Amino acid sequence: MNIVVCVKYVPDAQSDRTFNDSDKTTDRESVDGLLSELDEYAVEEALKLVEAGEGEVTVVTVGPDQAADAVKKALQMGADKAVHISDEAIHGSDAPATSLVLAEAIKKIGSPDLVLCGLASTDGTMSVVPAMLAERLGLPQVTQASELSVEGDAVKIRRDGDVASETIEASLPCLVSVTDQINEPRYPSFKGIMAAKKKPVETWTLADLGVDAGQVGLDNSWTKVLEFTKRPPREQGEIVKDEGDGGSKLAEFLASRKFI
Amino acid sequence: MPATRLMPTEEAQDLIDLTREICDKQLRPKADDGERLAAQGEAHPTEAFRTLGRAGLMSLPYPEELGGGGQPYEVYLQVVEEIGAAWMSVAVGVSVHSLTCYPVAQFGSDEQKSELLEGMLSGEQLGAYCLSEPLAGSDVASMTTKATADGDGYLLKGTKAWISHAGHADFYTTFARTGDSGPRGVSCFTVPAGTEGMTFAEPERKMGLHADTVRQVIFDGARVDASRRIGEEGMGMPIALSALDSGRLGIAAAATGLAQSALDVAARYATEREQFGKRISEFQGLAFLLADMEAAVTSARATYIHAARLKDAGRPFSKEAAVAKLIATDAAMKVTTDAVQVLGGAGYTQDFPVERYMREAKVTQIFEGTNQIQRLVISRQLLKSL
Repeated sequence: MNIVVCVKYVPDAQSDRTFNDSDKTTDRESVDGLLSELDEYAVEEALKLVEAGEGEVTVVTVGPDQAADAVKKALQMGADKAVHISDEAIHGSDAPATSLVLAEAIKKIGSPDLVLCGLASTDGTMSVVPAMLAERLGLPQVTQASELSVEGDAVKIRRDGDVASETIEASLPCLVSVTDQINEPRYPSFKGIMAAKKKPVETWTLADLGVDAGQVGLDNSWTKVLEFTKRPPREQGEIVKDEGDGGSKLAEFLASRKFI
Repeated sequence: MPATRLMPTEEAQDLIDLTREICDKQLRPKADDGERLAAQGEAHPTEAFRTLGRAGLMSLPYPEELGGGGQPYEVYLQVVEEIGAAWMSVAVGVSVHSLTCYPVAQFGSDEQKSELLEGMLSGEQLGAYCLSEPLAGSDVASMTTKATADGDGYLLKGTKAWISHAGHADFYTTFARTGDSGPRGVSCFTVPAGTEGMTFAEPERKMGLHADTVRQVIFDGARVDASRRIGEEGMGMPIALSALDSGRLGIAAAATGLAQSALDVAARYATEREQFGKRISEFQGLAFLLADMEAAVTSARATYIHAARLKDAGRPFSKEAAVAKLIATDAAMKVTTDAVQVLGGAGYTQDFPVERYMREAKVTQIFEGTNQIQRLVISRQLLKSL
């Protein structure tokens, strides 16, 4: 079974994340980045499926030069090869534009049996690219899988909701997005680090995909960030002195916030 | 603050990144509770060693063809330092484990290498190093544990002391006397766990480093096959001493990491704590204390990396290893003590990790050759060369 995993290079949540002042896109230059942690679950699930059977895992990412680090990590974990689409014109693309680039890349890679995505990127957190991508590829989409199995020509997933867990089946080929409940992603091993150096990474531009620059990028995106403000620092809490009426004051507070 | 490192290769930098990720997610968050539980009983960071082993971090300095990572000491030791900054007991364990594999890797026959080393370097096994005895510490050549010939094997009798991983290890690299008293009568053996006649005393109740379980190992007629003798009879002392040169570097690196962590906590605290209307880091008396701590950590790192580069180049490094062990462990003691001072009363409580770091630092001046022994090694080599 051949699997394509879509991964994203995101700013490290540990560092001070910000936006560019000029065009209000995510600042990816001045902040250390890494493979989005939510995508590690998709990589792990792909590796497990291939290890249990046969086939290969291809990771694909869209992003600037540094995004090569994200595919490197996936290769170190065990993926077989990678495709990195990097083009100045992609800068500022929103989810529909990104899904267009990914769709054309996956078509060029070949026809995978399964496309895996994470739940959401940890920077944009829109969680819509998997659905848009499935639509563009004409594939069935089963999203937010917390369990995944492949039986014959079908995948079966479990999707956990607030009140019920659904078991859903879809025929292959299809697209599945996975949650952080589905597995425990492995760490790369040192052998994996050494092996990754020899694995093929192809770097493609929009021209390689036949995508017109007029379809992507900030100017051609359907959505745009108009302004941003930093989240204000947390304010100091209110201290109530207990003068024998602490209990009722606590109840008043909780009631005022509709907790009780 | 992660230490600034200049790694020799891209894969070495990737290795440091991997180590930091595992430390941040698997070791650092578990160290406090792990130490507390271990102090109360038998908890042992087995899972931590397995995680490191699966990632290939338990066998870095050994050749790739033997199943190791093929990394120079310069790289391996910086990995140990990162682990020491996250959880000292585990870093000491990694260093001890590396030490236990050394005799087979360096002095073992081809059969022994293929039979024993694969498991030792697989990351699935943990080794213990049985050298010291209750009455033979610094004067290790006075050991009395005997290995008496018995058919195609030996019977071991005697007591080994201060043995890390005792009771948890999969194999015990053991030194015992096959000949006369004195340094030439000692041989080296690899004793598998579960060998009949090998038992363990209660764990020592130590000042710190609790997750590094230390017990006496008691051999009472434990039989070990002749095929598990490493090197010729009588080769034990040279094997033990050459392993120790490398082991000292592991301890120097781990101690540097411990000192770095103490400095990190102290520096962060000094920029948050306010007295007399300003941050205490703005008082020069305190800022200079932090500067001295930084200088101590940096010089500790420099000495062990220098010794490692000599070793990697195949040059003599015994004196430099002793210098590194002395400088790094004294730095760890000084920096952790000063870190408690910077935090004041808070530093003396278990609400902050620096009192633990201070207790952990003390033993680094003692084990793997006391710092008095290091001075002996340094001065002898210094004067010999004149």
